Amino acid sequence: MSDVLERPAAAPLDDGQLKVVGTRPVRPDGAEKVTGKAMYGADLALPGQLVGKIKRSPHPHARIVSIDTRRARALPGVKAVVTAADFPDLASEEYEAGESASNLRDLSLNVMARDKALYDGHAVAAVAATSSAIADEALELITVEYEVLPHVTDVEASMASDAPVLHAHLFTQGLAEKPSAPSNIAKRNEIKRGDLEAGFAEADVVVEGRYTTAAVHQGYIEPHACVASFGADGQCQVWSSSQGQFMIRTYCAKILALESSDIRVTPAEIGGGFGGKTTVYLEPVALALSRQCGHPVKMVMTRDEVFRATGPTSGAVVEVKLGAKSDGTLIAADVVLKYQAGAFPGSPVGAGSMTALACYDIPNFSIVGYDVVTNTPKVAAYRAPGAPISAFGVESAVDDMALKLGMDPIALREKNAVRDGVKASYGPTYRNIGYVETLEAIKTHPHYAAPLGPNQGRGVAVGFWFNVGGESTAAVNLNEDGTAVVISGNPDIGGSRASMAMMAAEVLGLPVEKVRPIVADTASIGFSMLTGGSRTTFATGMAVTQAAQKVVEDLKRRAAMLMDVAVDEVEFVNGAAVCRDPAKASLTVAELAAKAAQTGGPIGAQVSLNAQGAGPGFGVHVCDVEVDPETGHVTVLRYTAAQDVGKAIHPSYVEGQVQGGVAQGVGWALNEEYIFDRSGRMENPGFLDYRVPVASDLPMIDAVLVEVANPRHPFGAKGVGEVPIVPPLAAVANAVRGAIGRRLTDLPLSPPKIRAAIDAG
Amino acid sequence: MSHVEFIAPTKPEQAAAALLAGGAHARPLSGGTDLLVQLRSGRLPPGLIVDLKRIPEAIGIRQEGGGFVIGAATPGAALSEHRALGLAWPGVVEAANLIGSTQVQGRASMAGNLCNASPAADSVPALVAARATCVIVGPGGRRTAPVGSIAIGPGRTSLAPGEFVLEIHLPPRPARSGDAYLRLIPRTEMDIAVVGAGVNLTLDGDGVVTEAHVALGAVAPTVLLVADAGAALIGTKADEAALAALDAAARAACNPISDKRGTIEYRTKIAGVLARRAATIAYGRAEKRA
Repeated sequence: MSDVLERPAAAPLDDGQLKVVGTRPVRPDGAEKVTGKAMYGADLALPGQLVGKIKRSPHPHARIVSIDTRRARALPGVKAVVTAADFPDLASEEYEAGESASNLRDLSLNVMARDKALYDGHAVAAVAATSSAIADEALELITVEYEVLPHVTDVEASMASDAPVLHAHLFTQGLAEKPSAPSNIAKRNEIKRGDLEAGFAEADVVVEGRYTTAAVHQGYIEPHACVASFGADGQCQVWSSSQGQFMIRTYCAKILALESSDIRVTPAEIGGGFGGKTTVYLEPVALALSRQCGHPVKMVMTRDEVFRATGPTSGAVVEVKLGAKSDGTLIAADVVLKYQAGAFPGSPVGAGSMTALACYDIPNFSIVGYDVVTNTPKVAAYRAPGAPISAFGVESAVDDMALKLGMDPIALREKNAVRDGVKASYGPTYRNIGYVETLEAIKTHPHYAAPLGPNQGRGVAVGFWFNVGGESTAAVNLNEDGTAVVISGNPDIGGSRASMAMMAAEVLGLPVEKVRPIVADTASIGFSMLTGGSRTTFATGMAVTQAAQKVVEDLKRRAAMLMDVAVDEVEFVNGAAVCRDPAKASLTVAELAAKAAQTGGPIGAQVSLNAQGAGPGFGVHVCDVEVDPETGHVTVLRYTAAQDVGKAIHPSYVEGQVQGGVAQGVGWALNEEYIFDRSGRMENPGFLDYRVPVASDLPMIDAVLVEVANPRHPFGAKGVGEVPIVPPLAAVANAVRGAIGRRLTDLPLSPPKIRAAIDAG
Repeated sequence: MSHVEFIAPTKPEQAAAALLAGGAHARPLSGGTDLLVQLRSGRLPPGLIVDLKRIPEAIGIRQEGGGFVIGAATPGAALSEHRALGLAWPGVVEAANLIGSTQVQGRASMAGNLCNASPAADSVPALVAARATCVIVGPGGRRTAPVGSIAIGPGRTSLAPGEFVLEIHLPPRPARSGDAYLRLIPRTEMDIAVVGAGVNLTLDGDGVVTEAHVALGAVAPTVLLVADAGAALIGTKADEAALAALDAAARAACNPISDKRGTIEYRTKIAGVLARRAATIAYGRAEKRA
């Protein structure tokens, strides 16, 4: 997220000549998925495999006095039982391997509680047995003695001075001096510019609001699942569904004090991640169980476990105060963000702070963020982590400002829009951004001028995400028949196999069907950071393109050898080496591949790089809703989402990303929420009462792709997957405001809340 | 060791005997869309499953004595495909078809929905408003009971050990009759009713309501048949004043709880809204059905 934006630009490949990039071929992984053959995390079965299950705390906050596993161990069919005693007690250490830095000690304690259970569902022991029923029985036979402690689940309650303290060692960071007592506020961060007081003094119009969001889960359909096998020689294998096999390897090595070379992680097909599979829960436990008994151990979470012990993202409180001149110039902004981190520090409040005002050029502002631990599951990354929450507050307030000024909401945003050369609120100077073009795309879209009926309202909101690059490795190998394989180390969570194959095909001059993309295990390709931060098509795509370009250079060299001319006499055109001397016959990729043995052997190239210059993304959304005034039920009638994507490698999958982000954002806005009862237990750990939108809840979402090329990517691509979840919370809330004439500030906007607001008049 | 036993008898008496012998952990299985989920989640302990689907009377829709007999294990999809049933009892069919998804409709049955005894069961308010009865088979033979008498509390039924519902009977349908069911869910499908309302009424030649039954779901421990709400419609053409009286009577009858799905206040308001809307739909259907 601290990506370099100032690097010089190289010209992207000429758009007019592209043959594959920008087209919409059938995805290479499609048939396997729609016929049910794709191997997801739970699909692998190994000989001698055991069933692993986890015993979880029923208390949101309790000291673990003792754990007695003797009766479970004695049960026939039970082969291994582990508790925290079977894991090294790690020192506190920040380590960057997932979507953001994690503290290894916290990560380990989240995988298996040691002294304290910190949320309902926290793992306290695990068993491996010959059947699921025996494993269940064994869990019942484990006796855990708890000393139940007072708990706190609400973010502001947790910040109060009388709140039960989760961690005696946690002293608020980011204060001028170290506080005298521990608290649940892990960190305070601040971003400032100009003179806030002077800014508000100059303002003609001021709006203020306090906005709250509930904790929401990523809601991937595939529960966490893995198989782990610990060999007699210490060589381990893990098969699991995650957003990064290298991340799994690193975290398993750290948590179990193993060497990376002793762990080989094979990525399973992934049934959704959305950031939630950027960390480990089961893999270290399965390895520990397998180490104890020598059998492979398979672990598959239930949905109940997924909700209670993985994800979610923060519930939060956002306070926003905006000041504007009467002409609509925003002159001051004061933003306070309080984000729930769950049981351990690490909410996305930092990113929430950095993105909060990233769409606006405001001279005076202050953004203060608090990272607050609570007795709830430790939050995990969720698609543009932190940004939808702060955007909900800021975009609601901007909407109120437009109303107060009597200005069109897009005109107000245009007037204050960041442009190339503007220093972003979070630091760098913007280059090659397409925000104004995206605003224009919505302003001129027929949706924006369409008439509204009774009880209907229209909402506009904008959103920003950094997008990142980072470390990636990719290899392109030519087969003897002239087809190619593209190998990368990034799990495909959003159509990246298709885009990798397309970029390679474009460079090699091959039809895309002749290029097979695969996602390799950790021993078969060099390191790649996980799939996250909207980085894969940008960064790994860059590695793929460069590897393909290396292959092309090699092909030209080999063609020159066969043609008996100098290399610079040979050009590569449409999948063939062509000599400037027309007398020499061209050589196709297939012909060159067939003669590989004569020209130096197998043809292939690998590129490892640390990609810089990921272009930030901007989205502008417009949403129409109709509210049933008697029931408070909201129907989303129409939704149009425009986004600057740089260059859409495969437009259908880019549109799919936009639509998917909107769908999740609409769910967040209308119905999704973690509900805790008074004893701190989650009341709705299932898809019945944790309501993600179903297909019939949504209209066809119109994705409008704006292409302002990113010169740092060979084809101009920018990350696309995260931006689209940023605006919908406010777009929906602003539309509801239009429909019922009053502002609702507490998500989700479920029917009872809306009916109550209507009744309150 | 925990395990499940499964039998599929072909005669009702065999099923009753097996259920009696199986004791507290024996369960009849129709579609299984509640039972299997409860077994898998651990909410029900494993035990004997008695599949009713091989019993001929428990499957299918028969027109008898001017009414309809619906076998206990008949899936929702079969209801939606039965033209005559849909014409006579559109409210019953739409209520049953709201349960779950298209896939679930291939299995889910109204008798299962009834005997699961959820206060929020979608088909039950429509059946109660329809004055449906059911044939119960047990160790002592057969008896008939009103649908509304089966559930006596959340998850609890009036069925004696060994008893199960074999058939649901819908009474003969006079001309100018119509029914309707509406529910409120936060989403558009795949959800459980926050409130449900079934209305069944008959008109005379002038369009005046001569008979009306209003049943509410999810606003009390069991589905409520609200006599005052029905009475509010009788003698009227379901005009605005009658609907307002119906709304008030429905709200007055509510005795809901506040939970994760809705508050007392909200459920009560919505019961009135849905009763009113369902009555309007039922009235329109009755007018069309000469």
